[in-house]
Amino acid sequence: MARDPSFIPKLANKARLRFDRHSGSHMIVYPERGLALNDSAAKIAKRCDGTRSLTEIVDELAREAGVDAEGRADVETDVLAFVDLLAQKGLLEP
Amino acid sequence: MTAPRPYTLIAELTYRCPLRCPYCSNPTDLAAHDGELDTDTWKRVLGEAEALGVVQVHFTGGEPLARRDLEALVARARELELYSNLVTSGVPLTKERLAGLVDNGLDHVQVSIQSARPERADAIAGYAAHPQKIQVMRWVTELGLPLTMNVVLHRANLDEIDELVSLAEDVGASRLELANTQYVAWALSNRDALLPTRAALEAAGEIAARHKARLQGKMDVLFVKPDYFGTTPKACMDGWARRFIHMVPDGRVLPCHAATSITTLRFDSVEDRSLADIWTSSEALLAYRGEAWMPEPCKSCDRRAVDFGGCRCQAFALTGDAAATDPACQLAPQHALVEAARSREPGERRYLYRGR
Repeated sequence: MARDPSFIPKLANKARLRFDRHSGSHMIVYPERGLALNDSAAKIAKRCDGTRSLTEIVDELAREAGVDAEGRADVETDVLAFVDLLAQKGLLEP
Repeated sequence: MTAPRPYTLIAELTYRCPLRCPYCSNPTDLAAHDGELDTDTWKRVLGEAEALGVVQVHFTGGEPLARRDLEALVARARELELYSNLVTSGVPLTKERLAGLVDNGLDHVQVSIQSARPERADAIAGYAAHPQKIQVMRWVTELGLPLTMNVVLHRANLDEIDELVSLAEDVGASRLELANTQYVAWALSNRDALLPTRAALEAAGEIAARHKARLQGKMDVLFVKPDYFGTTPKACMDGWARRFIHMVPDGRVLPCHAATSITTLRFDSVEDRSLADIWTSSEALLAYRGEAWMPEPCKSCDRRAVDFGGCRCQAFALTGDAAATDPACQLAPQHALVEAARSREPGERRYLYRGR
């Protein structure tokens, strides 16, 4: 799905992002389900808090990783794909 | 074999309930199960469950609101970072008590509705609870909590999918579970009065699929098919004692709500042993965990890791052998038992109600 870069993602009310001490990684827990996150997914999920646009999230992560323009494009691909996955699972506020 | 990690604890706090639904999942010999764990034991068990890997807890029953210590248990779950879900009829509940539960850290509420039509709903529940349930669902969303509206489907309400979806949208549910009756416990006793026709089931499924597509991203619509009309068995509990710990009010640890119906098994209680000890070495939990117990055709079946041989309680109830292939499977030697039940002419519609 093509998304407006100004879209501000926010995790749905029913979704709780938490650290899982058993696996040593983050997960999103929601009714009857859980979604295990790898480190890069967790970094994106933490920023889906209703205060940052997609562009801002990509910028932040690219800056944090210290990547060039090509690297930024990769970050953008990851962010869009993960945000789409969250939306598909109903884990974003509509 | 090392024990798998459980993710969910289903805590049946009590079997007390004002409702008398004819598909109730509680045991049919209710009177034989009247003990309830005290608050401190439940608190201990929640901690032991978290230590085993559990991340979700469902407080259910019976009617969990009948427990005055529900607030304390919700608070304990929050302290442990467990995602807590209250599975309730909403009877009896005030908005103040609900707000208090939210303050204690409740994450989610599931309310079951018997029908979208008040008179039908009350006839099915054996109790006039419908208006209160609608009110409770509105309170849940007003208080900002995510709501699942659950409906157990059967012959008397399968024609209501459109109305049920409208109701769920109207009260602001984020999830709608349209779950066809599974025929164990009271539902097996009432099977002839509950089983729908295949045509009605297929029509309902198509309507549900349309709403699911329309509401994608806004409301999750789940339509759970009854295994009696499938060709493969349901992946019951994602496998016996694999992902779910089910505790009954008196403290016994089960793989699912119905397992005490398997009278050949003896389940251990958290009053005698720790939850970790029971989860890893209780004979009853080991009995059908994994694949070693499987008979043919399960043992060599490609789907054995998909549906885990189906439902042990159903196998026991229908064949007398809990290790038999679930008769819902078309490959089961005793599949004819299920075929016969579903092809029976619609019979007497009177329900056998549970006592309170």
